[in-house]
Amino acid sequence: MSGRFARSGALVVALAALHWLAPLALNPYYATILGRIGIAIIAAVSLQLVNGFTGQFSIGHAGFMALGAYSSAAFSVYLGAAVLDSLGGGGLARLAYFPFPLICGGLVAAAAGLVVAVPALRLRGDYLAIATLGAGEIIRIAILNVDAVGGARGFSLASALHPSVDLRFESLAGVYGVAVLTIAAIARLVYSGGGLAFRAVREDEIAAESLGVPTTRVKVEAFLVSSFFAGVAGALFAHTEGYIHTNSFSFVRSFELVAFVVLGGLGSLSGAVVAAAVLTAAPEVLRGLGEWRMVLYSVLLITTMIVRPQGLLGQRELLHFGRRRGAA
Amino acid sequence: MENLLQQLLNGVTWGSIYALIALGYTMVYGVLRLINFAHGEVYMMGAMSGYYAAHWLGLAGAPSVTGLVMVLVASMLVCGLLGALIERVAYRPLRGAGRLAPLITAIGVSLLLQNAGQLVFGADPKFFPPLLQSHEVFRAGEVAVSNIQLTVLVTALLLMGALEYIVQRTRFGRAMRAVSYDAPAAALMGVPVDRVISGTFVLGSMLAAAAGILVGLSNPKIDPLMGLMPGLKAFVAAVLGGIGSVPGAMVGGLLLGVIETLVTGYLSSTYRDAIAFVILVVILLYRPTGLFGAPTTEKV
Amino acid sequence: MRGAARAAVCVVSWALLALACGGGQGGDAIVVGHVASMTGDTATFGRSADQGIRMAIEEVNGAGGVLGKKLQVVTEDDRSVTEEARSAAQKLIQRDRIIALLGEVASSRSLAAAPEAQRAKVPMISPGSTNPRVTEVGDYIFRACFIDPFQGAVMARFAANELHAKRFAILFDFKQDYSVGLAEFFRDTVKKSGGEIVADERYTSGDIEFRAQLTTIRAANPDAVFVPGYYTELGLIAKQARELGINVPLLGGDGWDSEKTLEIGGDAVEGYFFSTHYAADSDNPRVQEFVKRFTAKYGATPDAMAALGYDTAGILADSLKRAGTTDGAKLRDAIAATSGFDGVTGKISIDANRNAHKDAVVLKIEGGKFRYYRTVSAE
Repeated sequence: MSGRFARSGALVVALAALHWLAPLALNPYYATILGRIGIAIIAAVSLQLVNGFTGQFSIGHAGFMALGAYSSAAFSVYLGAAVLDSLGGGGLARLAYFPFPLICGGLVAAAAGLVVAVPALRLRGDYLAIATLGAGEIIRIAILNVDAVGGARGFSLASALHPSVDLRFESLAGVYGVAVLTIAAIARLVYSGGGLAFRAVREDEIAAESLGVPTTRVKVEAFLVSSFFAGVAGALFAHTEGYIHTNSFSFVRSFELVAFVVLGGLGSLSGAVVAAAVLTAAPEVLRGLGEWRMVLYSVLLITTMIVRPQGLLGQRELLHFGRRRGAA
Repeated sequence: MENLLQQLLNGVTWGSIYALIALGYTMVYGVLRLINFAHGEVYMMGAMSGYYAAHWLGLAGAPSVTGLVMVLVASMLVCGLLGALIERVAYRPLRGAGRLAPLITAIGVSLLLQNAGQLVFGADPKFFPPLLQSHEVFRAGEVAVSNIQLTVLVTALLLMGALEYIVQRTRFGRAMRAVSYDAPAAALMGVPVDRVISGTFVLGSMLAAAAGILVGLSNPKIDPLMGLMPGLKAFVAAVLGGIGSVPGAMVGGLLLGVIETLVTGYLSSTYRDAIAFVILVVILLYRPTGLFGAPTTEKV
Repeated sequence: MRGAARAAVCVVSWALLALACGGGQGGDAIVVGHVASMTGDTATFGRSADQGIRMAIEEVNGAGGVLGKKLQVVTEDDRSVTEEARSAAQKLIQRDRIIALLGEVASSRSLAAAPEAQRAKVPMISPGSTNPRVTEVGDYIFRACFIDPFQGAVMARFAANELHAKRFAILFDFKQDYSVGLAEFFRDTVKKSGGEIVADERYTSGDIEFRAQLTTIRAANPDAVFVPGYYTELGLIAKQARELGINVPLLGGDGWDSEKTLEIGGDAVEGYFFSTHYAADSDNPRVQEFVKRFTAKYGATPDAMAALGYDTAGILADSLKRAGTTDGAKLRDAIAATSGFDGVTGKISIDANRNAHKDAVVLKIEGGKFRYYRTVSAE
C-alpha cells in the first residue's frame, strides 16, 4: 500500500517539476512538439483498446478526436469565461478550469462512440472497418457545415467571447498527466480479471459468446471508453494549438493512428506509446526528413506487415501493468 | 425539366468515372476478399502518366483523337504494370494471413503512393493538356452536350462493355469467376490462381488509368492527392452495387454520380462528399450485400 | 504501478534533453519571417509575394541595410493549407525568433497565423489579405492593401454601370474567408443598388467538378456571374461554364490575379473582368520601373502579389528605420504611423484600423493577357 503511494507521489513530483521547469528552460518550439507527442500517445492508446485488445478494427478514430476537439473548443469559446468567473477567476481557477472542456470533449466523443458501436455490432472485419471509416468522414463533413464552430474556415479559441481570457492550455505537465491517467485507466480496464473479456472477443467472438461472455456489452464498452479518450486527446489538441480545422482530423490522421497501433504491436499499450512517440517526434527532430516522413511511415507499415506482422512488441508490454494472474 | 436532364447528364458522366474505378475494387474483392485501398492511387497514377505521356509525345499543343487514344493506351499499360507490381510485392506475401494484415498493408501502399507522388511529381497541381478541343456537340433547348462529356461517357461505356465481355465470354473471365466463388476448388481444378489474381489487378488498374485520363480530359486539374476522395467514393459505389459484382459496380458508380450531382445542384455542394458516406453507412446497415449482391450466411 | 515512477523519470529526462537542445540564435542580421503558400493550389500567391519581398529586401540591404544590419528573410511554406499557416507562423516565431512577420496572402491563412503573431507580440503585415477580420485579430496585425467591403462594391458597381447588369449569379468558395466575405459584400451592394441575385451557389477549394452548380446558375439566366474565388478553381469553372453554354461575363476579385488564370482558363476566360491592386501595364512611371527591374531579376512580369510583397517589405524596412529599434511594441507603433509611403501599388497610409486606404483597378482579360481597364478610387 505504501509502495503505491510512493510511486504515485514520485509521479506527481515529477510532473510538478516539469510544469515549473518547462516554460523556464525549454525552447517553446520543442515544448510544442513534446505536447503533440503526449496527445498522440493518448490517441494511440485509446485506439489500442478497441483495435488491439477487442479486435474491432476501427479506422475512423480521427472522427472522435474531431468531436472532442470541436465540442471542447465550443465549450471554451462560448462558456469558458462564464465558468472561469464562477470558479473565482485568477490563476488557481484557470488550473481548475481545464478538466471541464476535456471532460466535455470526452463525453461528446463517447456519445458518438455509442452511436457508432450500436450498428457496428452487426458488422465484422472489413465491413466494420469501412463503416468506421465512413463514420469518421461523416463526422468530419458534418462539423465542416456547422458555422458556429467556424465551418470550413477553421475555429480559433481566440474568438472567445471574452478575448482577454486566454483559454489555451500551456502546461506540458498537464498533457502528460492526462496521458499517464489514460494509460493507467486503460491498463486497469484491460489487465484486470474482467478485462479478459476484451481479449476473448478479439480471439474468437463466437466461442466467447457461447461461453457466456457478454460480447455485445464488451464491444460497446470498448467503443465508449476508446472514443472518450480520443475525445480527450482531441480536446487537448484544440487547447494546446489554439486553432483547429477539420483537415487535421481526416482519414489520413485515422490511418496514422492505425499505423501507431499496428507498428507498436496490436495488443500492446507500451507498443502504442513507443510508436506514437517515436513516429510523432521523428519528422521534427530529423528536420530534413520532413517530406519523407509519410513515405517512411508507409514503407515501415508495409514491411512490418510482411516481415513482422505482430509489430514492435506484439502483445507484450514494457511495464507490467499489475498483471497478477498470468497473462492470457 | 431541361435543367433536370442536364443534371442527369452531368451526373451520369461523372458517375461513369466512379464506375470505372469501382470495377477495380469489386474485381479484386471478388478474387481476394481484399479492399485494395491503393486503387485510388492507381487512378491518380493514370492521370499523372497520361500527363507526362501527353507532354512527352508532344501532344500538349495539338489536340487530336489519335493523341487521346495514344495517351489512353500508354497510361493503361503503365498502370496495369503498377497494379501487378503492387499485388506481387505487397499482397501476395500475405495470402492466407487473415483479413487484417492485407487491409493494413493496402492502407500503407495507398499512403506510400500519395506521398511518393508528392515528392516525385511535386505537390503543385498540374493541368492536363487539352487533348480534345472542347466544343458543343448537341443542343436540345437548354441541354448542352459537349464533345468532352460525350467522349467520357462513350469511352467509359466501351471499356465497361469490354470488361463484361472478358468476364463472361473468355476463359480468363471464367477463371476469374471461378476463383471468386471458391479459390481452393478452382486451384484443384487446375486454374492458375496466382496468374488469375495478377490478371485481375491488371484489368482493374487499366480501368482506373482510363478513369484518370477521362478526368484529365473533363476536369483538367490533377495532383498527387487526387485519388483519395474519388477512391473512397468509388469504393462506396462498389459496396452500393454489391461488392464482388461487376454489373453492381457499374450501376453503383453511375448511381452515386447522379445522386451526388443532384444533391449538389438542388441542395448544396457542401454535402457532396458526405452523401457518399451516408450511403455507405445506410447500405452497410440495411443491405450490406448491396443492390446486386447475394446475401451470404456466416458459418460458425 | 511501479512502472509509473520509471515513466516519470523518462519524461523528466526527455525534457532535460530537449532543454539542452533548445538552441539560440546568434548572428548579425535582422530576421524577418514570411509565411507563404509556396506550393499547392494557390502557389503563385506565395511565390510572387516572396519574390517581391526578397527584391525589396535586397535593395534595402544594398543601400546599407537597416539599423546598421542586414535584413534576412526566412520563408516558411504552408502548402496552401489553412492550419499549416498557423504552424508555419509558430515555427517562424519560436524557432527562428523573427522580429516581424510578413504574410499571408490568403485571408483564411492570415486569420490562422495572426493570433500567433498577436500572442507573441510580433508585428505582422499582410501583403494581400483583404478580408476585414484579419486586422481585427489584434493591434499587432496590419495589412498593406484595401479591404473587401470596398472590393465587393467595386465589382458590383462596375458590373451595374459598365456592363449594365441587373441579374447576378454568385459562385463562391465556402471554405475561404476571403471568398465568403467578398461574396457577402458584393451581395449587399447589388441589393442596395436595386440589382437582383438570381442564383447563389457554392463550392469548396479543391473541387474540380462544378457542372451541377453551373447548370443551376445557367437556368437562372443571369447577366453576369461573380466568382470571388482563387485562380485554380476559377480556371476550371470558366472552362466548364463555356462547355455548358454560359457566355455571360464572369467577374472576380484579386484572387484571380495569377498567370495561372490564363494558363488554366485558356480561351475560356477571354473577356472576363476582375478587380485587383495594380496593373502591370499601367503607364505610371513608378510601376513601369518596378516591372522592368522585376522582369530583369526574375524573368516574369510581376503580378499584384509580387507588387504588394515588394511594398510590404518596403513598409517594414521604413518602419524599422523610423522606430530605430527591433523592439516589438515600438516597431508596431512605427508601422501604425506609416503615412504616404510611396509604393508601387500606390501611396500607402495605415489607418486607425491598421488597414491601407488604396485605389483598386479593374483588369480585363483580353488576347490572353491581363489588360488595365479602369481605376476605381477609394472614397
